[in-house]
Amino acid sequence: MKFTKLLTSAAVALGLATTAMAADKTKVGFVYVGPVGDGGWTYEHDQGRKAVVEAFGDAVETTYVENVPEGADAERVITQMALQGADLIFTTSFGYMDPTINVAKKFPKVKFEHATGYKTADNVSVYSARFYEGRAVQGHIAGKMTKSNVVGYIASFPIPEVIRGINSAYIHAKKVNPDVQFKIIWAYTWFDPAKEADAAKALIEQGADVILQHTDSTAPQAAAQAAGNVITFGQASDMGEYAPFPRVSSIIDNWAPYYVARTKAVMDGTWESVNTWDGIGAGMVGIGEISDAVPADVKAEALALKDALADGSYHAFTGPLNKQDGSAWLADGETADDGTLAGMNFYVEGIDAEIPN
Amino acid sequence: MDLSAINPVLLIASLMVAATPLLLAAIGELVVEKAGVLNLGVEGMMIVGAISGFAISVETGSPFLGLIAAIIGGALLSLLFAFLTQFALANQVASGLALTLFGLGLSALMGQSYVGIKPPAMAKLDLPVISDIPVIGPILFSHDPVLYIGIALCAAVWAFLKFSRGGLVLRAVGESHDAAHALGYNVIRVRILAIMFGGACAGLGGAYISLIRVPQWTEGMTAGIGWIALALVVFASWKPWRVLLGAYLFGGINVLQLNLQAAGIAIPVEYLAMSPYLITILVLVIMSADKSRAPASLGRTFHASQ
Repeated sequence: MKFTKLLTSAAVALGLATTAMAADKTKVGFVYVGPVGDGGWTYEHDQGRKAVVEAFGDAVETTYVENVPEGADAERVITQMALQGADLIFTTSFGYMDPTINVAKKFPKVKFEHATGYKTADNVSVYSARFYEGRAVQGHIAGKMTKSNVVGYIASFPIPEVIRGINSAYIHAKKVNPDVQFKIIWAYTWFDPAKEADAAKALIEQGADVILQHTDSTAPQAAAQAAGNVITFGQASDMGEYAPFPRVSSIIDNWAPYYVARTKAVMDGTWESVNTWDGIGAGMVGIGEISDAVPADVKAEALALKDALADGSYHAFTGPLNKQDGSAWLADGETADDGTLAGMNFYVEGIDAEIPN
Repeated sequence: MDLSAINPVLLIASLMVAATPLLLAAIGELVVEKAGVLNLGVEGMMIVGAISGFAISVETGSPFLGLIAAIIGGALLSLLFAFLTQFALANQVASGLALTLFGLGLSALMGQSYVGIKPPAMAKLDLPVISDIPVIGPILFSHDPVLYIGIALCAAVWAFLKFSRGGLVLRAVGESHDAAHALGYNVIRVRILAIMFGGACAGLGGAYISLIRVPQWTEGMTAGIGWIALALVVFASWKPWRVLLGAYLFGGINVLQLNLQAAGIAIPVEYLAMSPYLITILVLVIMSADKSRAPASLGRTFHASQ
């Protein structure tokens, strides 16, 4: 009898102890669309996760699930994370938007952060980076560097974020090279190295000597390297292993400060639903080192453009700009408002292609 | 739209490259299924082959050693499946799925220090004069050796299954393992050899992606080709030449649709993107109207006592 009692109380004590420990630790979950070793998009999100671990040490416990398909599977994974007691969940791809909102309704006490989307709720924040500012710098370099005047663009899905990138790159390439032409391939995937390589090869075979990509792997870089005379830009991550050539610069997503700040907010109990959209100025978008393959004057111009974007003296979408069909969009000197940018579903004038519906 | 931008010679040359990993994996799986075993682990064996080949060719500097390592890697992993299904008599579907999951995880682990490294380049066939013949040269005579191995393998499997005694035994095991057993053939041994052949081919197919087609190592880089290979075997009615046709159709239309997109053709991109799947299935389904069917013992567990 005594022994049983002892056991019971021990069990109770143990139970209390674990509960206490669980309450102490803030659990943060991450849902990734690709593998953490993709060298691009997901890799940078995972760097952000590591920064959270580094900042708070034992006070946090992070978990992540990789290769989660967008759609119904994502809902299952997010639900599982919430059930396992996560306090804060980052869902890091556009296609997780509705799953995140659905799960958030079921778990009102759990905080959710959805990347690149636009649907918020009391416990769902959205955050994204103004990648299009980086695209402006890329477009400038691309326009200056192309000899064939053909720029190849590997796009992923026809969503506003991708379309914004194409427009921004095109506007700034066109500005410095009126003859430039964009060839756009929709890969309909964020991550498929073989397909991305095939797309890059198709573009190169059709005369492109600059490849811009909005997919996550480094496969297009390898294809460009094999071709020999084609330049590329790192996407989402620096992809510095392909520097100085073919990769001449890059857009780097820096999520770490945001992830640390949001985790801190949950710990302090000050978390509230916000809509964050930061660019070069706030440090969420970084421009990777412009390599020596770029002439010094072009590099200087690109850096000047970057600084102007950073301090806000220049907006990447500044009029006069027309839509593809020729209708007026922005008057001279007018800049695009965030609402239009967030829902962008049209090309600017001059792009000879159609957006898939 | 500017169709003149598409160079048909380069197009055909690159569609052959795009089709090869699929062809290799599918021809291996065809032999496995002909022996009456359903191995759903093709994707896992491919990705393990991809990293084994990549790692060894980076370490030794020799792409050929890498390819051999990929063959061994794929075959070794398939041995695990062979053990589970042939000795432990585990369910083949579940074991195959587990093999894929295991392979994806294992390859990610093995590949951690190989991200961002460039592999040594594989020499392409370069015959003086012949490789320089316009049109035919670039299409037929200037590829990497593995591409030719793929086609040769397809012919060899066809001849083996159709004309050789070993092929007859393999088919007998796949059609009715009880009858084959009663005749004194060692069903388990035949199946294990078939499974290893399938693993070796899948491994080679995976290494083709990581060493030649892309070439680099990225986690999960086979991105579902193993699953397409599995489907291809079924739609090709377990016939080697149809597998070849299907793989070239699929690879070809995939490359073609990317080229058409780049050329700005007026067909909506959604249709282009789904065309490889649609057309391949359509063609092969029409061809399979000749009442070919799956090996009768496919997926069934065999034990001599039963």
